[in-house]
Amino acid sequence: MSFWAPLAGGMLIGTSSAMLLVLNGRIAGISGIVGRLMQPKTPGNGWRAAFLAGLIPGPLIFAAVAGHSPPVRILASVPVLVLAGLLVGFGTRLGSGCTSGHGVSGLARLSPRSFAAVGIFMLTAAATVFIVRHVLGGSGS
Amino acid sequence: MRAIVALVAGLLFGNGLALSGMLDPVRVLGFLDVAGVWDPSLAFVLGGAVTVSAIGTVLAGRMRAPVLAESFDIPTGRRIDARLVLGSALFGIGWGLAGFCPGPAVAALSLLMPKALVFVAAMLSGMWLYRITTPGKPAAGGADPRPAAQS
Repeated sequence: MSFWAPLAGGMLIGTSSAMLLVLNGRIAGISGIVGRLMQPKTPGNGWRAAFLAGLIPGPLIFAAVAGHSPPVRILASVPVLVLAGLLVGFGTRLGSGCTSGHGVSGLARLSPRSFAAVGIFMLTAAATVFIVRHVLGGSGS
Repeated sequence: MRAIVALVAGLLFGNGLALSGMLDPVRVLGFLDVAGVWDPSLAFVLGGAVTVSAIGTVLAGRMRAPVLAESFDIPTGRRIDARLVLGSALFGIGWGLAGFCPGPAVAALSLLMPKALVFVAAMLSGMWLYRITTPGKPAAGGADPRPAAQS
């Protein structure tokens, strides 16, 4: 399997993170950006809205340039998606970050909190997949 | 100017997610499925992302202030507290259930997939639930509660 696309895509993400930090002095952490946008009086929501205004159409632009839509295969059922979404929403706010904030920015900053967070969410995510796919036998999510 | 930077950063991020394959829950779950047919792609995504982000970190470390703002607004807390542990654990379970984390889920909205919308709606609900159950806390556990100096 070719890994150039994942690597290049990752480097684009890293560039986004570096750019936001060096130029604006902010962390590109999606859960924080979205979470704070839900609180209308938070200072800085101008740049957060602008960031999302770029993030959301990003895949469309990629599709236009690449000539095909990026695959997005969502196999989980609606009830599972609802549960998963609730856990992701609540958990990322409680834990102060997700794969972008803790994973990309936090690890790059050598943040001990981010190392812990990444280790924990990788572990529980892998354990969840293991239980769903190999213990319960469901391969639909 | 800061808004333009943020917009461009968002565009790069969204394109990066699309190119990397991380918009695809099947691929993400393939990485998390360590006992099955393992797809190591996400390791390359993170590796590439962290490496380039680290360059930014090193640069920023040598600067008194960011180019376009008065100060860096980054978390400074170092304590690994119960909120971080529990929050990360819950997030991980949710991620493992659907293969979506916040970035890809939000970016997938533009592709107008109903199931992505369901996930994002639930995610926003989860964030709202957090907010109403923890009054007065800006969800920056362990970080210095500095007021934002600029927007």
